[in-house]
Amino acid sequence: MLCNICNKNKATVHLTEIIDDQMKELHLCEECARHKSAAMESQFGLSDLLAGMAQSGKPSTDKEVTLARCPNCGLTFADFKKIGRLGCGDCYSAFRKYLVPLLKRIHGSSQHLGKSPQKVTRVMKKKIDIHDLRVKLQRAVEQEAFEEAAKLRDAIKELEKKQSQENQA
Amino acid sequence: MIINDLLNHTSEWLRSTGPNSDIVMSSRIRLARNLDKLPFPHWASKKQSENALQMIEGVCSRVDFLKSSTVFKLADLDNVDKQFLVERHLMSPDFAQKSDNRAVIIDNEEILSIMINEEDHIRMQVMQSGFNLFEAWNIINKIDDYLAKELNFAFLADWGYLTACPTNTGTGMRGSVMLHLPALVMTTQINRVLAAISKLSFTTRGLYGEGTKATGNFFQVSNQVSLGHGENDIIENINSLIKQIIEQETQARQTMLSRERAVLEDRISRSLGILKSAHIITSQETIELLSMVRLGSDLGIIKDLDRCTINELFITTQPAHLQKLENNKLSSSERDVKRAELIRNKLTKQ
Repeated sequence: MLCNICNKNKATVHLTEIIDDQMKELHLCEECARHKSAAMESQFGLSDLLAGMAQSGKPSTDKEVTLARCPNCGLTFADFKKIGRLGCGDCYSAFRKYLVPLLKRIHGSSQHLGKSPQKVTRVMKKKIDIHDLRVKLQRAVEQEAFEEAAKLRDAIKELEKKQSQENQA
Repeated sequence: MIINDLLNHTSEWLRSTGPNSDIVMSSRIRLARNLDKLPFPHWASKKQSENALQMIEGVCSRVDFLKSSTVFKLADLDNVDKQFLVERHLMSPDFAQKSDNRAVIIDNEEILSIMINEEDHIRMQVMQSGFNLFEAWNIINKIDDYLAKELNFAFLADWGYLTACPTNTGTGMRGSVMLHLPALVMTTQINRVLAAISKLSFTTRGLYGEGTKATGNFFQVSNQVSLGHGENDIIENINSLIKQIIEQETQARQTMLSRERAVLEDRISRSLGILKSAHIITSQETIELLSMVRLGSDLGIIKDLDRCTINELFITTQPAHLQKLENNKLSSSERDVKRAELIRNKLTKQ
């Protein structure tokens, strides 16, 4: 049998490759096999270890993972695989679904329970306040307590106005 | 403050004033923080790194708490200066490798250091003498609050502080305790202890952190997990582990005292003898012998030598410290002579 790649030398190495769930048999000569194995090694270097852990969950297509790119800093998931470091804070949102299993593996959890910056705490608290008021408003409308509902509506508007002003500042 | 002022100063964490100072050299908390939207240092352009440096430096200069600190730009320091700061545990060995747009802010007491543009935009640490992680946390927590008032940190409600490496995400906190465990090493129990530590998802490192070997029977134990637990929880966990290690070291020391007192006294006294009389000594040998002398002082076998003096010698006998003291570049063999001289002077003066 001749080598599948060069079609010149006798095939002495027999490989089974699985790409996208498709099994493919390859029969190669020694030289072509060496090239092929070097290419494979460069694909799966040590730095892949971290990122590789991320893919142990549900199998996503390789292309989708590699092409994912952070809109803020331009780092691709393939870059992350190579260097083991993310590019900016926004990468965490851009690669969220690949990072969840990774964070769980490293930390045994993917839920932050520590402190948060005061600014963020205030914003989060306001969001919760507005949410509470909306629930109350809904209830007031259902009970046809329109006077109460009007007050709640004004309070929500006021809070939202403040929040957008603060965001602009 | 200029860098040479540090030469005649004893770092707060070496004073041996904190709890359990016999076994615990120091406690340290470090926090990793990044600026929102700005690429992390390894991925940032020159201009972006410059921006980050200016922003952080600017805010730090306005914080009251940091009034008595000094900014050292790495580009202004030579290699000996950088190594000098590494030896004092004020910056990481990796940080000293490059200079572009990197700076470190150090307070006069050497309790606090803030590295700018390390792996993350901000790596700040607070060091305390002895077993005192909570005090370190209280201090660094306040500084973090001050900085967060003026800087927007990269943060997500469910994932916490976002860091270049996902191993630091969450609290961005690492608590480390530097332990001196000569008796566990001598009674060959240390491997069992180290194995137990790693099973509990803590790590052990050497005297100078990541990638350094344990020398002089010093082991730095720190948490590995930073997400899924609050800061206080993480510290409680380290504390309960450290308490157990302290207990085991204390027991091992007592066992050796009662079963092999003469052997122990001999080894400790010989170590002191070599340090007091050697004319050529390497830094490795110095650390090993000082470790024995420190143990001797803890056990009352050596009476006229205080622990702070011994702690200081671990640092001042390092290569960059010797060169700063001599104000001259020294070859390795020249250093071995100067080191022996320095130790003889210190120990016979006592």
